[in-house]
Amino acid sequence: MSIRVAKTGNEAVAEAMRQMRPDVVAAYPITPQTEIVQIFSGFVADGLVDTEMVTVESEHSAMSATVGAAAAGARAMTATSANGLALMWEIVYIAASMRLPIVMPVVNRALSGPINIHCDHSDTMGARDSGWIQIFSENAQEAYDNTLQALRIAENPNVLLPAMVTMDGFIISHAMEVMEILEDEKVREWVGEYVPENPLLDVDNPVTIGPLDLYDWNMEHKRQQAEAMVQSKAVILKVAEDYAKLTGRRYGLFEEYMLEDAEVAVVVLGSTAGTAKVVVNELRKQGVKAGLLKLRVFRPFPAEEIAAALKHVKAIAVMDRSDSFNAISGPVFAEVRSAMYGVQSAPAIVDYIYGIGGRDVTPEHIRKVYDDLANIAARGKADRILTYLGVRE
Amino acid sequence: MATLKELSTREFNISSGHRACAGCAFPMIIKQALMAADNPVVVGCATGCMEVCTTIYPYTAWKVPFIHNAFENSAATVSGVEAAYQSLRRKGKIDKKIDFIAFGGDGGTYDIGFQSLSGAMERGHDMLYICYDNQAYMNTGIQRSSATPRGANTTTSPAGKESFGKKQYRKDLTEVMVAHGIPFVAQASPAMWSDLMSKVNRALAVEGPAFMNVIQPCVLGWKYDSSQSVALAKLAVDTCYWPLYEVVEGKYKLSYKPKEKVPVREFLQKQDRFRHLFTPKNEHIIDEIQAEIDRKWEALLAKCGE
Amino acid sequence: MSVPKNAGWRDVPKAGRILEPGSAAEYETGGWRTYRPQHIPENCIHCLFCWLYCPDMSVIARDGKFGEINYKSCKGCGVCAQVCPGKRGQKALVMVLDEAAAATAEESCAEPKAQTK
Repeated sequence: MSIRVAKTGNEAVAEAMRQMRPDVVAAYPITPQTEIVQIFSGFVADGLVDTEMVTVESEHSAMSATVGAAAAGARAMTATSANGLALMWEIVYIAASMRLPIVMPVVNRALSGPINIHCDHSDTMGARDSGWIQIFSENAQEAYDNTLQALRIAENPNVLLPAMVTMDGFIISHAMEVMEILEDEKVREWVGEYVPENPLLDVDNPVTIGPLDLYDWNMEHKRQQAEAMVQSKAVILKVAEDYAKLTGRRYGLFEEYMLEDAEVAVVVLGSTAGTAKVVVNELRKQGVKAGLLKLRVFRPFPAEEIAAALKHVKAIAVMDRSDSFNAISGPVFAEVRSAMYGVQSAPAIVDYIYGIGGRDVTPEHIRKVYDDLANIAARGKADRILTYLGVRE
Repeated sequence: MATLKELSTREFNISSGHRACAGCAFPMIIKQALMAADNPVVVGCATGCMEVCTTIYPYTAWKVPFIHNAFENSAATVSGVEAAYQSLRRKGKIDKKIDFIAFGGDGGTYDIGFQSLSGAMERGHDMLYICYDNQAYMNTGIQRSSATPRGANTTTSPAGKESFGKKQYRKDLTEVMVAHGIPFVAQASPAMWSDLMSKVNRALAVEGPAFMNVIQPCVLGWKYDSSQSVALAKLAVDTCYWPLYEVVEGKYKLSYKPKEKVPVREFLQKQDRFRHLFTPKNEHIIDEIQAEIDRKWEALLAKCGE
Repeated sequence: MSVPKNAGWRDVPKAGRILEPGSAAEYETGGWRTYRPQHIPENCIHCLFCWLYCPDMSVIARDGKFGEINYKSCKGCGVCAQVCPGKRGQKALVMVLDEAAAATAEESCAEPKAQTK
């Protein structure tokens, strides 16, 4: 029996963390993630969780202490947003290369500058090549579910990689919704006992972690890391299957919404998927064969699966909530188009960069995208690849 | 403290085959520090000579668990290891008593790792931070740090026609750590092994954070003959350039008072990083350095009630 | 060394972890040496300063006394000889030119016998 509650995204993730009972949490406050740290500190203060809470003096130290704790053999977590993630950057890469299964909720916020506190995906998109598994959430329910699943994925012996679970700043983190959580006992069983590999605290078997690894062996270790990411795909699906048995909620690498017979489709991540589904429903009523692919797992990138799911569509719009400043497109577009390369008579693909710095995205915006797609599908080609959606021209 | 004869029956927790320069003094610090521990030790180390030379894959010179994370986060990393230990011990998953030592060079401690160190000490982790202070960024090729003394020639404070080397005096990090109000702060020198080991032993026994600043002569950066490392580490103490003292629970105590305070000139003369000071144009800098040492020494004596 | 040279990426421990403590002892640094410390037993008071200060763990103590020098790792820095108090002003450790090292150095500095054109 699940429990129905009303929670914000931040509350939902803090609740998941309490139920997961990590040994160590080292975290630093940053808007809009702050509540997670606050709420969790409250749990510790009230004895609701026996975690060692390390209230560090910066995000750099948050990730550093989390790495230290995970290497010691503890289940360790942190959480951050935007500039906090940027300050961690160096150690984000090191955590992945050390193969430490750290779970980190990231509340998406525009990376400075100019400074801004609202949602876009520039923070986590910047970390897309850091070697972390990245799982995006559409709402608080998914943020909760993804956090619980991320731990099982990260700690799988075939994976042993850190995982970010993202949710859109304010839109999800601060909006209350009705959702289901599991009983504490069930989560305890779900996460199980953690058996670390080569922990520092095993003083009878001294390990050296993080040595100077020059051209002699560095490439072999990076190759292992790359393989772990390849292997993680199957693990993510297996964990999702187990989670469905527990909760009835099904997850995949992405969600296909009315995609099977769709002629035009939008690829989107995060909360905008919810808005887009409303538009798809309207368009379907009007007889438009509109569909949607909501990417859940961005790392590992499910290229083959996406190509298979989209190959029949006539025109595709990728929605990028961050820019690559590469003078071509946003980052999601680059990956999706690359995935579609080699598909027989591949659909036309265009990119929309939207919602930067929290710029509101409304059903009207999404409708315009589908209108454009109908046009492109009819003509069989697009006039331009990239459109900035909702910017003052 | 045990005698050397007694100590010599123990195995060193650091092996040969590390790639430190011939005569380097940091291995002496590791040897003494690890030998002084009563419990098993887990070590963390900042990027720098010590880490680079002791852990060139697939070889490690460490016989204790060791972690290197990055340059500026030795303290934060070990604080995380210690937090894990506290948590797992509370949960009954570990029963052994384990001690934690974080090492960092002066660059990784005084400069880039200063925030991480300050944070870890303020949070009260039960760990000892040891700075091996060789007074410049030696691993990258002798660049000035805030630990570099006035007058020293480094590659980024070079002596030249218009320059006598580094203009600024050293940051007094030991005093900065005293200001943190942590239970144990000390300065030590590997030349005075008994003092160093006694301090490490007591620092580890303290509940809460401890900081030790240990001078480390550097053959390459100070520019002297490789046989002279211990002699220079001793001369630094005898000139009062590097006084040995401790501040335990806020109480200052002088560990060693030279019978006769040796003029700093003798310490400077033996290192080519100061060679340019021994010219008519720069001689006055030596006087200024001596005056500053005298001032600080007197102030320290007063604090120690000497 | 726990990592054989011919191992592939699948065969080596994850993340560059080194599972064999003190494995650096297999790596010989004796070839760095130009001068070697020579022990003169009659001058030795077994103070063990050489054992304590040797930065390369190359002075081996036995039964609380000076034992021997491990020339496979000794880099010839001269610290042991410098800290040696000796007996009546006569040091128990002195640095002498390492003939083997000198020969190797000479060889590597010599003109190559045949030059590739």
